[in-house]
Amino acid sequence: MNSRFNKKDNVLYLEITEEIDHHKAEKIRRVMDNEITRFMPRKIVFDFSNVSFMDSAGIGLLIGRYKLIKLLGGTAEIINANKIISKVLEMSGILKIIPIQNEENVS
Amino acid sequence: MKSRYDNEMELEFLSKSNNEAFARITVAAFAAQLDPTIEELADIKTAVSEAVTNCIIHGYENTEGLIKIKATLLKNEIEIEISDNGKGIENIELARKPLYTTKGNLERSGMGFTIMESFMDEVEIHSVVDIGTKVIMKKKIKKQENAEENEEENALIN
Repeated sequence: MNSRFNKKDNVLYLEITEEIDHHKAEKIRRVMDNEITRFMPRKIVFDFSNVSFMDSAGIGLLIGRYKLIKLLGGTAEIINANKIISKVLEMSGILKIIPIQNEENVS
Repeated sequence: MKSRYDNEMELEFLSKSNNEAFARITVAAFAAQLDPTIEELADIKTAVSEAVTNCIIHGYENTEGLIKIKATLLKNEIEIEISDNGKGIENIELARKPLYTTKGNLERSGMGFTIMESFMDEVEIHSVVDIGTKVIMKKKIKKQENAEENEEENALIN
């Protein structure tokens, strides 16, 4: 997991760099929550450039972080999800609350 | 012994969460013999990951037990049987429902069976409380247009 905080726009980029399953989700969650509570961003952006696999543990992970950012009054977005990851995202219905953005639209 | 399948394999491992990746990668490597597309292979990996995670979290509730996978190939179809000797499912119909989870506190999404059902062609669940659960999933691999060419090419090379 890499993260980058854009101070000017108050956006936290969370770049996941491993396969997301139940085994890995716990660790990713801890790092993400740490970063979110540290920066208190207006928006979090999940960057999936380096994710080659995700199962339903990833959906649980995203919903949990969405709840946290909502508590802080912010929003969440997804960028760079490949075809395989998008299939799981679409099926879960999660895109209604965490939409996929084209990278150029991301502030 | 003559198998009624074209190929078959069995795998047994402890219900440790770091075996989730091991299980899905191993089954995918076996399924690769059917010459699936990257997307079909991803479907199989995801479904196996869901079933194995269920054994670990629900079947054994994070205690140690054995998970067994049997996979068979027949023509263009793979059948994958994943079983545990865990606590079993009380209400299978309820467990299959999208978003239903008994482990909401663990941030489980309740999408496991829904994903298995939509990524595989058939999913059967057999379960007896306190005896265990067995999930049988089947998927047909579509024949790719260039598969025949590949065969010819392989024949030439060999």
